[in-house]
This record gives sequence, C-alpha cells and structure tokens, in this order.
Amino acid sequence: MPQAVELHGRSAAPGIAAGPLVRLDRAVDLRRRVGDRDEEQRALAGAVTEAIAAIAALAERSDETGILDFQVAMLEDSALTDPAFARIASGVDAATAWSEALATQIADFQGADTEYFRARASDLRDIRDRVLRILAGKADDELPSGAVLTGEDVTPSRFLSVDWSGGGGIALFGGSPSSHVAMLARSIGVPMVVGLGPIELAGHRSAMVDGDSGRVVLSPAPDNLARIDAARRSDAAERTREAAVIGKPAATADGEPVSVMINIAGADELLSLSPANCDGIGLVRTELLFHGDSGLPDEEAQLRAYAAMVDWAAGRPVIVRTLDAGGDKPVPGLTIDGESNPFLGTRGIRLSLKRPEIFRVQLRALARVAARGPVKVMLPMVTVPDEIDEAAAMLDAVVAELERDRIACARPPLGIMVEVPAVAIEPALYARAAFFSIGSNDLTQYVTASARDNAGVAHLSDPANPAVLSLIAGVVAAGKRMERAVSLCGDMGGDPRHLPALIKAGIRTVSVAPRLLGRAKLAIAQATAAGP
Amino acid sequence: MTAQASGSILLTHAIGLHARPSVKLTKLAKSFASAIRLGTGPDGPWIDAKSIVKVMAAKVPQGAKLHFEAEGSDASAAVAALVGLVERDFDGAEADAASG
Repeated sequence: MPQAVELHGRSAAPGIAAGPLVRLDRAVDLRRRVGDRDEEQRALAGAVTEAIAAIAALAERSDETGILDFQVAMLEDSALTDPAFARIASGVDAATAWSEALATQIADFQGADTEYFRARASDLRDIRDRVLRILAGKADDELPSGAVLTGEDVTPSRFLSVDWSGGGGIALFGGSPSSHVAMLARSIGVPMVVGLGPIELAGHRSAMVDGDSGRVVLSPAPDNLARIDAARRSDAAERTREAAVIGKPAATADGEPVSVMINIAGADELLSLSPANCDGIGLVRTELLFHGDSGLPDEEAQLRAYAAMVDWAAGRPVIVRTLDAGGDKPVPGLTIDGESNPFLGTRGIRLSLKRPEIFRVQLRALARVAARGPVKVMLPMVTVPDEIDEAAAMLDAVVAELERDRIACARPPLGIMVEVPAVAIEPALYARAAFFSIGSNDLTQYVTASARDNAGVAHLSDPANPAVLSLIAGVVAAGKRMERAVSLCGDMGGDPRHLPALIKAGIRTVSVAPRLLGRAKLAIAQATAAGP
Repeated sequence: MTAQASGSILLTHAIGLHARPSVKLTKLAKSFASAIRLGTGPDGPWIDAKSIVKVMAAKVPQGAKLHFEAEGSDASAAVAALVGLVERDFDGAEADAASG
C-alpha cells in the first residue's frame, strides 16, 4: 500500500468519513456514430426525453427535489433545446449542437453578478453532461455507498444519486463551500472538503475526509482508519445525543441556565430552523444585504429583511449588527479599496460614521422594525466611547423623524461588539452601551496580532490564548458591575473545546451558527459553572 | 375572445427569482392559455413568463418590481394568479442560497 499522504483544503461540510477512493470524473469516451440530420434530431430529442425521465426517477428517491425539478423544467423548455435543434438542421451532429447550445447558457450564468446565479452554471453542466452521456450510450455508473468521492467537482445529480446512509465523503480538487452540493452535503451530513488543488491519486485506493478541519488523508494507515471508524461511530452517536437536547433550554451540568442564540446573515437561513430550538437571534450580520446586484439596499428592502427575522423569532430577541463592511468583507461602492491593512482600517462603525447617508437608512429600517418585536442594535468595531454617542445621536434623530412623520417605530437598545482590545481592557469606559457582545474571532485576531485570513499565523490565532480568556472574564465581571448584559457571538461559543472555559469565565449567553446549536447545548450540559 | 390584463408586484423573495420560485412561476404561467410576458420594468424588457430558461436568464434580484402582461381568454385570471404567487412569496419556496 502506498505511503499515507496528507492534503489540506477548505471545509465545506463537517464530519469525518473514510472509505474506498472513487474517481468521479474518469474521462468517458463520448464518441458516437453520427447519423444524418433526421437521425441526429431524433437522437437529441430521445436523449433529452431520457434525461428528463432519469432525473425524475432520481427525484422520486430523494427529499431534495428542488434542484432536480429545476433541471427537469430547464430540459422541458424549448428555449433551451431549440437552438440545438437549429444547429443540427444546419448540419452539425447532435452532441456538438447540444454542447454549443448549453455553452451559451453556462457562460451566461458564469458571468452573473451574484454567487447564487453563478453557481447555477454547475446545474447547466450537469444537464449537458447527462444528455451527452445518453447520446453516447454511456449509462451512469453506480457510485458505491460508503466511498470517498474525488474529482474536480461533483454535480448535484451525481451527489443525489448516491445512497449516503452508508457513510462516505467528498474530497474535491476544486469546488466551493457555497455550491449546491456543499449545501446538500451540510444538510444531509456528508463530510466534504473542497479546494485541494491538483492531486496525484495514482496507487491510492482509500481516503479519509475530515470535514471539520479541511484535511484529507490518502491511503491512511489501518490503525488510523480504525480510529476514524470509531470517530465516525461516536460522531453518529453524538448527533443522536445532540438531537435529544436541541429542543430544550440549555443548562450546565450543575444546573446553571445558559442562553443559546443563533448567528445568521439572512432570513433564508431560518427556513429550515425551529425558533423553539434557540433563545433568539444573537447576531444578524447585515453585510450580505449590501451585496445584492441592485446596489445598496434601500430602507424598505432592509425593513423587509429584518421583519422576516423578527417574525420568525416570535417574541425572542433579535440583535442586529449594523453594517460591518471592510476588513475581509468589502462592499463595492462603499468600502475603501486598497487600504494597506484593511483589518485595521475603515471598517464597521468607523465606515458607517463616515458614510452617514448610508448608516441613516439602516438605522431608520432598524427603528421601524423595532416596533414589530424585541430588536436590539449592535455596533461593530467600536474603539472609543464617542462612537457610541455619535451613533446614539443619529439613532435618536431618526426615531424623532419617524415619529414626526407618524411612521411606526421604537428606539431599540444600542449595544456594542467587544472585539477591539481597547474595549475589552477597559469595558467600564463604555457604559453608554446598553449591552456587550464579545466578538471572539476579531478579539482573538487583534489580541494575538494574527490575521484571520493568513494561514501562516493560524496556529497563533487561538481563542484559548490565556490573554483572550482573561479579557473575556474581565468583560463579564465589568458587565455585572455595570448591569449590562454580556454575550459572546464568535466561533468559540459553538466550540465544545472552548465552551467549558467560557462558562467558567462567566459567559451565560452564546450565539452560534445554527448547525452548531445541538453541539453547543450538549457541550454546555457537560460543563460546570462552579469553579473546580 | 381576447382580453388583455396587466399587473405588477414587488419581489420580496430572498436572493430574488432563483431556481425554485422560477419553477413555480413558469409552471403556473403554463397553466393558462393566455400569452404571458414578464417585465422587470414597466416598459420591459419583456420575457416569456412560461420559459424557465428566459426567466432564470433575467436574474431578477430581490426588491425588483415584476410586471406581468397577459393576452388571451384567461388574461386577467393569469395575471391575478401570478401576482398572488409572488405576493405569497411563492408559497414557501425555500430559499436555496448558500449559507453558513
């Protein structure tokens, strides 16, 4: 057996899987006998009909029919097939005509402004290849259950054709964490790593995928495999235990209640979630709203987005962070291009106060939605108390304006993120904030002077650094003295490795990614609030 | 008998007119005999509301105003039904945008 090879990519779906390595994109010989024009017309028409039947059959067996319904609708649309038939009429063979017709559509989606529409190019490629395989008389080879699938990318229909109940994972040279397949993998629980780059697979027959860390091991040693198998089993058992606690309020082993809220970036994330599983929305990242291709969102568009979240939360608190653009989150037409060190530049509240015309629109939308439910507003990247005063004055002004115009509104409590060390060191100076929410990702990056986006210093950017934990404990203590609520909304709040320390530090409210709700509640149940 | 009808509605669906809502919209449009066109502005450009390929190619963003124009025996019923579908936010067509 070849020596084990370790590779690193990006995590697209969590979990660990190991199994035989199966190539997805073995070159298929698509050569076929070309007939006359009538034969070619019939061949394409037949292949499209067969493709529709095959996708429909796949949809029968799957719960994720949305993508497949879309593919069927596209194939049934003569706007897709007519150009191909026209090419055949002009003397081109069926396969070439079909490829050319689809190439136009694929190029169109690839050039789209938004990630969502760009990602549809892979659906079109999926449709294209299925019809080409049928034309060439090549049946889909059955992909085995329990295997690690590898290749440049995997199409949604290939993914859905696999029986994942027997385990298995995905390791891709290319791919993206925002592809349809990555979304499906996360929802079904298939560990997936993308972006491994070109890799030499010759001789390797098995692989291990660690979707938590983005690591892939080719030809893992047998004892390693046994360990992975045990890990996978305990992972499955863990999920069962998580399912048992997710619907209940969280509490530590010694009975101290802990609020677990969720972090979201858009109302669409809430569709598959039950509000009963959390204590509200602890962080709404509003950056995504500002990335639409229709430019910056107006007041109505923002109001609609926030209202959907408030309605979903059904009386639970919703904490909206004002635009945190800049740093690693540029917004075209808003953030400053070419700053030499954007993480230390004009980001968060710094940018909002420089662009009051844009900030004002967001504050108006937030004051209006506050009439609808318990909304709180949180300022990112606050460095000096004056920033709170300036934002508060603007908020008061828009509330007065709305009241004068008799538009329903309320003045939401205005709190701050604790992520700049200046705040974490002297929280008592920031008493004008109505509450504190510790952004542990940025706080860690600033305290350890290790950029979040630099893999070379990733080992230093550790939230368990005693300095970070000591600052967190200090903010909690100051919050108690000042009677200000303190919560934590960074990644460490959903991480079982860090939760015991956070509980010990006095944190009683965390806000985590929705998929980590169960994991966080379970880790809290195993932690103790009282000192050792 | 040929009738004409038109109507417009704001698209509130997250991400805009993406795959799932587009499938619902074109399927509904196809259930009517009338010719139906969809415009992203009051003066077009107009596309065939029965073609998923054309509707998706329009890449309509959230917050756009959708305009429907129908011509045929069931024109007003068609416009009312399509406006209703958008108004009801596609009856819970779940958003399939990237998340996490």
